[in-house]
Amino acid sequence: MKYRIGEFEEIVLLTVGILQENAYGVSIKNEIKARLDRKVSVGALQVALRRMEKKGYLNSKQGEITSKRGGRPKLYFYLTALGHRVLEYSRDTRNKLWDAMPQTPLNQKLS
Amino acid sequence: MPEKQINKPPKLALKIFNWFCKPAYHHDIEGDLIEHFEENLEEKGLKQARLLLFFDVILLFRPGIVRPLFNKPSLKHPTMYQHNFKISWRHLIKNKEYSILNISGLAIGMAVVILISMWLWDELSYNKYHENYDRIARVMQNQTFDGEIVTWVNQAKQLGPELRNNYGSNFKYVSMASWNNSHTLTVEDNTIGQNGMFMAPVAPEMLTLKMLYGTRAGLEDPYSIILSKSTSEALFGGEDPMNQTIKINNEDLLTVTGVYEDLPPNSNFHGVDFLGSWELYEKWQPEWVGWGNSWFQTFVQLADNVELDRASEAIKDAKLLNSEGVGARMKPALFLHPMSKWRLQSKFENGKVAGGRIQYIWLYGTIGFFVLILACINFMNLSTARSEKRAKEIGVRKTLGSYRTQLISQFFSESILISLLSFVLSLLLVQLLLPFFNEVSGKEISNWWANPIFWVLGIAFALITGILAGSYPALYLSSFRPIKVLKGNIQTGRRATIPRKVMVTLQFTVSIVLIIGTLVVYNQIQFAKNRPLGYDPSNLLSSWIASNEINKHYDTFRNELLQTGEVEEVAKSENFITRTYTTNSGFDWTGKDPSMHEEFVTMRVSHEFGKTIGWEIIQGRDFSKEFPTDTLGFVINEAAVKYLGFENPIGQQIQWGDDETYHIIGVVKNMITQSPYQPTKHMLFFIDYNRSNVATLKLKQEANIAAALPKIEAVFKKYDPVTPFVYRFMDQDYSRKFSGEERIGKLAGFFTILALLISCLGLFGMIAFVAERRTKEIGIRKVLGASVTSLWQMLTKEFIFLVIISGLIAIPVAYYYMSKWLNNYEYHVNISASVFIMAFVLALFITLITVSFQAIRAARANPVKSLRSE
Repeated sequence: MKYRIGEFEEIVLLTVGILQENAYGVSIKNEIKARLDRKVSVGALQVALRRMEKKGYLNSKQGEITSKRGGRPKLYFYLTALGHRVLEYSRDTRNKLWDAMPQTPLNQKLS
Repeated sequence: MPEKQINKPPKLALKIFNWFCKPAYHHDIEGDLIEHFEENLEEKGLKQARLLLFFDVILLFRPGIVRPLFNKPSLKHPTMYQHNFKISWRHLIKNKEYSILNISGLAIGMAVVILISMWLWDELSYNKYHENYDRIARVMQNQTFDGEIVTWVNQAKQLGPELRNNYGSNFKYVSMASWNNSHTLTVEDNTIGQNGMFMAPVAPEMLTLKMLYGTRAGLEDPYSIILSKSTSEALFGGEDPMNQTIKINNEDLLTVTGVYEDLPPNSNFHGVDFLGSWELYEKWQPEWVGWGNSWFQTFVQLADNVELDRASEAIKDAKLLNSEGVGARMKPALFLHPMSKWRLQSKFENGKVAGGRIQYIWLYGTIGFFVLILACINFMNLSTARSEKRAKEIGVRKTLGSYRTQLISQFFSESILISLLSFVLSLLLVQLLLPFFNEVSGKEISNWWANPIFWVLGIAFALITGILAGSYPALYLSSFRPIKVLKGNIQTGRRATIPRKVMVTLQFTVSIVLIIGTLVVYNQIQFAKNRPLGYDPSNLLSSWIASNEINKHYDTFRNELLQTGEVEEVAKSENFITRTYTTNSGFDWTGKDPSMHEEFVTMRVSHEFGKTIGWEIIQGRDFSKEFPTDTLGFVINEAAVKYLGFENPIGQQIQWGDDETYHIIGVVKNMITQSPYQPTKHMLFFIDYNRSNVATLKLKQEANIAAALPKIEAVFKKYDPVTPFVYRFMDQDYSRKFSGEERIGKLAGFFTILALLISCLGLFGMIAFVAERRTKEIGIRKVLGASVTSLWQMLTKEFIFLVIISGLIAIPVAYYYMSKWLNNYEYHVNISASVFIMAFVLALFITLITVSFQAIRAARANPVKSLRSE
């Protein structure tokens, strides 16, 4: 089975996986910034999240309402089984390609 | 406190976000934004945090987050529409009778509106075939006769060069033109008579003729001719006629230099079968034709930068400056009449445009509008009348949580469904009625379905009608209170039926006005037809004399005709007796007011003319060959006696021109020789065998016309072998004068019948409903001993009352408009009370029949049946 997934989507998906129970908009954004030093806009993140939710890679659940956030609830995201498979598939394909890559041409170029 | 205020995220940004975000995403993303803002607030300060929030909001504006533009939830749920239409359809099927009444009523209304719109479209697009439509004008002249301004379209031949040379900067093209008269065209031994005009070489360019062969420059040579496609086919079959030779009027040889597409029926140049050169036509005219002989037409196309009014003002005195004597005394003032007004605004009063056909545009437009209103009212009436039946449904729907808007949309879907069905039906009706409509209206409308504009307008119109017709039930029915409705005490009292009654009254008011209108039109036609003609047009036929051979050998020609045994008398005259439009001035007589600008309708005749047409001499005597001096004698009509002011006219002398003195030998009864709606003009008849080119024959009373015509034709052919023998019977020609009014009458009658039909359909539905609602009441009344008659009375009384009210409203309205219409005619009927009574009785009668049909059915029903159920 083939899963098409973009680079940014893969990062978001992975981050959701890392954060486990605590993956919502701001935390995902902060996590990506902390780990990859990559700035993500709210818009880009939200679009990616919703897209993957529609595709079934993510699931969401409304969280508690706190006084922070202007009384707005958090929307937590979870990796689904399908989402997990997608990530594995993505890693496998990359690994396969890395394994197939000969060492020499790179070295030649370097020398 | 103030700190808290300041530290809040900017409201504007969140508002903007709220506005464009998908509602489902809004809450949590906004939460994220605020949380983010609070973080930034601590790290980077307020200003930065606010800016970043704005930035984020802008970046959020992307597909996937922005809500769809038309976010009507219903659009995402086609089920609801399906449901609406399904319910509507079921209602239609369930109440078949009611649906048929409703749909057919609306369909008839729509058919009328479509027909009228097609008529209007045709009228309003008149002459638009010519691309320079808005730049072309005709030169007209106002002349003053006796203080009265008379507007003429004809012009002197000198006007063309005058305009071109001295006023040229105003015009791109100037073209003199002949009238569209019949000429014979001969190719080898094939001769046909065709109508054609002679114009300047610029005419094809000016009229933007669509050339099939040759170019628009084809008329440069005076001996050239361009033909319409149909003429070309009649002369040359399908072959290329270019450079072929045609003999015209058996005189000149012309070369064909082009063929143009036939001009459409809605062009003033329709029926111009060929165009010849004005230069040639001018050669055919006598030398002496001058500024005083307004025998021709002048067309111009304005220069690109010149306004019509300016050009019109500029040429005002072009004729006056070239006139002297009598011509100048008439104060000829020229002006331009634009092509866009030729058709609809061509009536002149006191030298100014005073309407014309435009009044029919208004008339039929109004009728169409009212007929549609009638049909819509029907629909509303029937729907609201049935409201009680549906009241329970509405109550249940409302208790189950329907919003009022949903109910409204339910009713609108129903009415739009009906209006679309009616539209389809009306298209069929239009197709069926079109041949009849074309005949009555004198149009040639066809292929109406090929026009995409028709479909766009038609469907838009059907939808609007649906909304219009559905508005009242939708708004009224949906306002029912569920509790009241379900308890069963919905208002059915007097107040609830008032709007219905008002609408029925309105319907019948319109119908009665239309009936009165139709009757008045017919009365007027009949009135004019009954006017004493003054001569006997039966068995009288006239033909143009096209060849001089007949004039040269007139006496033998006449004798040979008499010898055929079919002809009682033969005479010559200047014009057809039904169309005497030649006028002359320059007369003088004793007792004439010196300031009077006299003008007479004149007619040159041969000695036997009076005998031929059977005029009635009331004083003096007819022309006679026994008195040689009769060549300088006048026979005048009664109107002329009055005009001249003679107490005893016989023997009086009249000076004409400088040296000719005529004396009056006889007075004839007034004859209708022009419009039957106008008073007779003052006329002079005198003997002239040269300039009289109409032969008039009185056939014997017992003559068999079919057998006589070939014999007569043979005599004509003997002297003029080329010209086809074309003749007109004068009684037919006379009755043609009524065709315009008869057309109005027929159309008005047609619309009246349809309007009545629509009203009756509505009434039929109403009474059916009333009878149904009162079934129980009728049953009980019958059981208690009510007779069928009394029940019938009970049911019909209400409607009769409404029709009486309608009559009371309609009569003054109709009186006002019809007397206005009649005032267009100088000779008109007075509206008599009988017209009103007739219209009223007719409406009452039709109502009675419609209502009684249902009422008797209801009254005769077996009460056991109606009382048993429940």
